[in-house]
Amino acid sequence: MDAHVIEAEGHSHPGPAVYVKIAFVLFLVTALEVAAYELSHRGGTSEAVIGPILIPVLLVLSAIKFALVAMYYMHLKQDHKLFTGLFVFPLIIAGVIAIALMTLISYHLHYNLGQV
Amino acid sequence: MATSAVSHADQIPSVYAEKRGIWSWITTVDHKRIGILYGATAFTFFLMGGIEALLIRWQLARPDNTFVTPEFYNELFTMHGTTMIFLAVMPLSATFFNYFIPLQLGARDVAFPRLNAFSYWVFLLGGLWLNSSFLFHAAPNAGWFGYANLTSTQYSPGLNIDFWMIGLQILGVSSLAAAVNFFTTVVNLRAKGMKLMRMPMFTWMSFITQVLLLLAFPVITVALILLMFDRFFGTHFYIPAAGGDPILWQHLFWIFGHPEVYILILPAFGIVSEVLPVFSRKPLFGYAAMVFSGIFIAFLGFGVWAHHMFATGMGPIADTMFSMTTMLIAIPTGVKIFNWLGTAAGGSLQMKTPMYFSLAFIAMFIIGGLSGVMHASPPADLQQTDSYFIVAHIHYVLFGGSIFALTSGAYYWWPKMFGRMLNETIGKVHFWLMFIAFNLTFFPMHFVGLHGMPRRVYTYPAGLGFETMNMLETAGAFLLALSQAVFIYNIIKAWRGPRNAPADPWNGATLEWATTSPPQEFNFAVEPEVHSRDPLWERKRQEGRLPEPQRVSGQGIHMPRPSFWPLLTATGVAGIFISMMMIPYLGWWFVVAMVLWFLFSVFNWVFEPV
Amino acid sequence: MSDHSHTLEAHTATGFDSRKVAIWTFIGSECMFFAALIGTYLVYHGKSLSGPTAGETLEIPLVTIGTAVLLASSFFVVLALNGAQRGDRRALVTWLSATVFCGLGFVGMQIYEFSHFVHEGLTIKTNMFGATFYTLTGFHGTHVSIGVLWLATLLILAIRGKITPDKALNLEIAALYWHFVDVVWVVIFPVVYLMKDWKP
Repeated sequence: MDAHVIEAEGHSHPGPAVYVKIAFVLFLVTALEVAAYELSHRGGTSEAVIGPILIPVLLVLSAIKFALVAMYYMHLKQDHKLFTGLFVFPLIIAGVIAIALMTLISYHLHYNLGQV
Repeated sequence: MATSAVSHADQIPSVYAEKRGIWSWITTVDHKRIGILYGATAFTFFLMGGIEALLIRWQLARPDNTFVTPEFYNELFTMHGTTMIFLAVMPLSATFFNYFIPLQLGARDVAFPRLNAFSYWVFLLGGLWLNSSFLFHAAPNAGWFGYANLTSTQYSPGLNIDFWMIGLQILGVSSLAAAVNFFTTVVNLRAKGMKLMRMPMFTWMSFITQVLLLLAFPVITVALILLMFDRFFGTHFYIPAAGGDPILWQHLFWIFGHPEVYILILPAFGIVSEVLPVFSRKPLFGYAAMVFSGIFIAFLGFGVWAHHMFATGMGPIADTMFSMTTMLIAIPTGVKIFNWLGTAAGGSLQMKTPMYFSLAFIAMFIIGGLSGVMHASPPADLQQTDSYFIVAHIHYVLFGGSIFALTSGAYYWWPKMFGRMLNETIGKVHFWLMFIAFNLTFFPMHFVGLHGMPRRVYTYPAGLGFETMNMLETAGAFLLALSQAVFIYNIIKAWRGPRNAPADPWNGATLEWATTSPPQEFNFAVEPEVHSRDPLWERKRQEGRLPEPQRVSGQGIHMPRPSFWPLLTATGVAGIFISMMMIPYLGWWFVVAMVLWFLFSVFNWVFEPV
Repeated sequence: MSDHSHTLEAHTATGFDSRKVAIWTFIGSECMFFAALIGTYLVYHGKSLSGPTAGETLEIPLVTIGTAVLLASSFFVVLALNGAQRGDRRALVTWLSATVFCGLGFVGMQIYEFSHFVHEGLTIKTNMFGATFYTLTGFHGTHVSIGVLWLATLLILAIRGKITPDKALNLEIAALYWHFVDVVWVVIFPVVYLMKDWKP
């Protein structure tokens, strides 16, 4: 087998160790997400505490996973910023439009159609 | 590996000499040929859309007319809009993207030549499918914007809307593939020294257009998927009785639809920004401002969509916000207008046909923009919306804007594409007839709209004061048709004449004029290197008059091989969507078969040796 | 995969392979696609007039396993790519097989979940929840399936020794698509499942 290594983009790749660490963090964060869900449904103090903040907590945790996969597995951290731009710009537009869409329609459903 | 025929000094071989016949067109992956295919197909659809318009105008010439039934009238205005937007203006722009982006960049072809061919064939199949609906007496009939829940199976039980949905989905695949292709081409295939801020303005505006396509088309894809699921699988996304909301359609559609109108106009802006400097013998005024205003228009274009929905009761905050963003977008547009005027002012104006059309563009687009900014005020728009005042606006920007600019581009680039000049005198007749007829057709619509004539109505009663204006508009429409006949006559006359256009008939500034007319398959004998904007003017300043480029053998230049897999894959894509319409008749087996056919074609494409 | 390394341009203006630019461009476009689908899901969440709701129907345990499987598959494909770039065919084949296996596992989990829900009376027509749920997760699942097909094709090529280090880009492109599909699920999992009882 040819042992000659060709660097795909001419920069250093982190060794497998980093990827293993990221994998652990991803599993951990997933566990935290599920834990937050469980606690918010358990009744008593945990539900009173976690319940109101469940959604922000989930959004933050999933954002962390999103960023880790994008930066490390998809290599955006090491790659040229062009690729980060190609990903982040549409994400921002998508996020803003999704939020605007939901706001406009829920206003419409509430005020015009009398739905709760 | 394709190599050009060796040329002899005493022969000027046809640039396509080594590739002749239908098979060479079916398997072509050459961006220039694909551009011509787009152009011929798009112009044909443009004429069809024009005939639909003439039928509309004939019906509206007199009050209480019965030339067409109301049902057929609905099909006419729906297909007129759908055809003109998706099958005429967009692919006419694509003609120039295809032909000239690689040339202006100094490249030999686009980044993915076979994907380019695929985009064309998918477009052709989608357009044919959409229009085949006429054969079934089931042409789409709920407007080009297909508002829900008129488009539900309850209110549109026939095949009309199915044809529309499926046709648009097919066309969407074509546009998305092309957008990925051209975006990558501009990013990656620029000649040495061509930084982004040295690119020609047509390429810049087209580049921004690709970004709009990439971000807007997925949204209408989703809107159409939801409609498809409502119609085919019994969901209720847009059905109020089951908890759905027709307004969702309007939002999703216009989140696509507004960027879409910038997709229709930005390439036109780019063409005018090419023609004006050349025919003023002066560089474009304010290059950087033109680039950034284009970017700003595109970006802001995602923030104005609900100005199409001022009459839906969104509430004062939403109305105000969208009104403000809409008025704001007039600013970068104004910047462009002033820069165009600044380009022409003090220049040595060459009053040739391309210049006439580009100058007229500026005037017509200003008028369209003025009515547009009037709609930006929600209270004013409550009167204007769904009236002929809007129809006037639309046509001033899309016809007076896009079509005039595309015609300017056609006259400008014709010699490069076909090796023949279009006749100047006939061109001027074409221009004046078109200009007068266009204004005769659409200017009265401002008045008749404000006087209360609604859109999309198949007739109007006598005694409301609409008669005279409508009669004038109809007369204008037929004169417009005559102007197109003059254009076609010019084309045929040139075709019959000798192929003797020079490489650079207009004293151009950009790289396409450095090639032969038409260019050889590989475009440039030696890949160019640029050091500034307007590279050809720079060369002329340094070297004086440039010699006529010679045809060369092209040996040693590796060009991509022709392939028929793009066409076959395109039939697979169209087949998958069409098979979904056939589920009630052919079941799911046909869908599965089409998916397998598609996969078979893709695998062959991917593993084909290049 | 056919070799593009010496087609038209030996160099590109950015120095990056056009296919890499293209896949990221496509991924950017797909962000809008899923944003529209997720937006629609959220707009209609809790708006069903009748029938089973999200809170009643969705079950967390199986889907959590599916999430873990998909995350693992992203990890495995990174290792596979690493192997390809180093010319280590054994690592490439092992880890790529693991990726495909996980992908199939995820799709299997979804098919099982869907048939379970249908059995319990939730079809795509039943109510707004059925419509939005099946549409969103169905399109995601379709994207996963396409990814599995793509990676499986590369696996066959890898087994035959065709993915040498100079061809590793082919796997990199597929892996980027695969990671994107995973990252969409990273959003869907909390928004659809963990927020199932959210009353808007």
